[in-house]
Amino acid sequence: MTTYLLAEVTGADLAAARMQMALSLGWHIVIACFGVGMPAITLIAEWRGHRTGDVRYRLLARRWARAMGVLFAVGAVSGTILSFEMGLLWPGLMGVYGQVIGLPFSMEGIAFFIEAIFLGIYLYAWDRLRPVPHLLSGVPIMIAGVASAFFVVTANAWMQQPTGFDEVNGRIVAVNPWAAMFNPATPSQTVHMILAAFMVAGFGMAGVHAVALLRRPGDRYHRLGLLLPFTVAAIVAPVQVVVGDWSAHFVAQNQPVKLAAMEGVFRTARGVPLSVGGVAVDGEMRYALEIPYGLSLLAHWNPNAEIIGLNRTPPADRPPVNVIHWAFQIMVGVGFALVALGAWLAVGWKRRRDLPRSPWFLRATAVSGVAAVLALEAGWTVTEVGRQPWTVYGVLRTSDAVNPAPGLVYGFVLVSVVYVALTVATVYVLRRLARAVPVPLAPQEHDVTGYKVI
Amino acid sequence: MLAEIMLAALWIGLTAYVLFGGADFGGGVWDLLAGGAVKGGRQRELVEHSIGPVWEANHVWLIFVIVLAWTGVPPVFAAVASTLYIPLTLAALGIIARGSAFAFRKASTELWQRRLFGATFAFSSVVTPFFLGTAAGAIASRRVPPGIARGDLVTSWLNPTSVVAGLLAVGTAAYLAAVYLTRDAERSGEQDLAEAFRRRALAAGAVVGLLSAAGLLVLHADAPGLFAELTSGRALPFLVLSIVAGLASLVLLWFRAYLAVRLSAALAVAGLLWGWGVGQYPTLLPGVTLRDAAATDSVLAASLGALAVGALLLVPSLWWLYATFQRGHRPPEQPIHGDG
Repeated sequence: MTTYLLAEVTGADLAAARMQMALSLGWHIVIACFGVGMPAITLIAEWRGHRTGDVRYRLLARRWARAMGVLFAVGAVSGTILSFEMGLLWPGLMGVYGQVIGLPFSMEGIAFFIEAIFLGIYLYAWDRLRPVPHLLSGVPIMIAGVASAFFVVTANAWMQQPTGFDEVNGRIVAVNPWAAMFNPATPSQTVHMILAAFMVAGFGMAGVHAVALLRRPGDRYHRLGLLLPFTVAAIVAPVQVVVGDWSAHFVAQNQPVKLAAMEGVFRTARGVPLSVGGVAVDGEMRYALEIPYGLSLLAHWNPNAEIIGLNRTPPADRPPVNVIHWAFQIMVGVGFALVALGAWLAVGWKRRRDLPRSPWFLRATAVSGVAAVLALEAGWTVTEVGRQPWTVYGVLRTSDAVNPAPGLVYGFVLVSVVYVALTVATVYVLRRLARAVPVPLAPQEHDVTGYKVI
Repeated sequence: MLAEIMLAALWIGLTAYVLFGGADFGGGVWDLLAGGAVKGGRQRELVEHSIGPVWEANHVWLIFVIVLAWTGVPPVFAAVASTLYIPLTLAALGIIARGSAFAFRKASTELWQRRLFGATFAFSSVVTPFFLGTAAGAIASRRVPPGIARGDLVTSWLNPTSVVAGLLAVGTAAYLAAVYLTRDAERSGEQDLAEAFRRRALAAGAVVGLLSAAGLLVLHADAPGLFAELTSGRALPFLVLSIVAGLASLVLLWFRAYLAVRLSAALAVAGLLWGWGVGQYPTLLPGVTLRDAAATDSVLAASLGALAVGALLLVPSLWWLYATFQRGHRPPEQPIHGDG
């Protein structure tokens, strides 16, 4: 009886720990995407404003920078929580393997430091610096943001493809930190994530101005505010399709169980079709639209390639199929929809040098940011849930990594409440910033003048 | 040797976090005690103005400490985080509340919003250092055993040493902030505010001095090993340094030497931290020395190398940041014009 109760409690605590990590990581990553993509887009606007003297670009840069200040603060603290949680929730991971992934995190610390320092200068010294030095003070933010994303994702890539260490009886005896950092999963995963960040930031920023354009059609300031970030995201989107394909090939080669779960393949076979939609019931994919040879072709560039099914893996070692299958479909579907949206603008631009006339273009752009976030979260669901039941693929089980202390459930409840409040406050403040008419001189100094948006 | 360097780097990071990040928390403490919206308005403005551009950079020191802990001494990090997950979760939530509320308050204009976010910022500025202090007290009083979640989840951080350490953390934060703000107010020409913060710095300095003395008594009963090292062992010089610098700070404050007192106050606080570190070295947790816990040399060498390269980038950048905002603010001659 006692053992039964104990097992029950541990199960709930493990679920709570996973949910808490998913919540705080899934929350932070949205903000982090803006941290990676927004500085570059803002700098383009500031540079255009400096070159052309067009006040709309300069205004856009200032207003985006102001939002960036809020987002960066929230991102800094929500990122700190993650480094706490690595130990609070997963001491079994960090106590043994912390040193293996320590190097990229040390580098990330430096990159984050650079970002914080130059963001302080960029935001608060807008009117203390000449335009060109001010522009240059933003460049380290941009570089460090991309570098941070790279370093952090290498650590996650290591959890997918653990390399670079020797373990004897649960103790690490030798580490090659560079081999761990540049593990086989690193190239495709980091590139996929950095491009995703630019898509989230670009479509997200364009979406805000699309909403404004729906309210005030033809407004030239908002038109520019839509066009600039949208162009960045729309250029990245088709590249992301190619990189996504690269990632999928990598998974097919190195994490066949994850691929089988993504596509709901249970029996090992050759010439496996691609399942679109459908539900896995009792070890079988049902109601799916099947494209013959599709999966073999996509995963291995060969219509008769063999796909290893889930039946080769003991049931206890299989990730949940439906969650991963649907998350993957959502990511791919949204990704292609965003490519199509970009193409729509390209066609409209070629014909008339203007946005497409249809209000549906603005409506679609207005939700494109949310859609990009959905694709981002779905993609990470595939990556992380697809790795289960392992925390370090094939090396450490999630149930062995978790903190065995009782009461993690209450921690999860408390953290959830705080995140709900944080979400409400962040959205509220950003909406107010988007609507506020006066633009302050330096984005974070509150000597607000009565400067009007055109 | 590499392990010792790594531990020293970690402790330098911790010192920087306490001296810079701690002062930002202290700013929040004074924000809390500033009084009503009208009466305390100028004080709050000074606090906001002083910490606004720098708090994120100061905050990164904490991330540094955490990352170096799990890289350099992974089993110690796992033991500390798992046993102390209650105070550390509360500190983490306090960090979220403080940082975001500070940014939100800056972006809000209406009084009720500024009050709500301001209160959140101020309250969490008191709570967060307290919980971080209790965690430090738990380690100092040997209440975090090695292994994962092996210590008592409650008494490990609710005990005499932890409570004194928590109070001391809040007190030093407030003290450092008052000392730094005195000079900031003087530089921006607000003599009355400088006087107000001078009085606060004197009072906070006295309180911190008394708390430190009380802390020694508590250590005598609760952590006799550390007490012996501090009062008669190799940590004694640091304790003496802290006491001398602390007393000197009070004198300097009295004579309004605001720039010099920044240094002496920082030395007093750093002396306490290094006294603890040296007093406990090389034992990190009961029965675990640095040798037992340290990561492999290849990891230490690579990480220290990365830090060294990083320092080359960071030091001039940090210098530029502080120099930019420690110079007096010249209002811009010409705002951008909207008639284009």
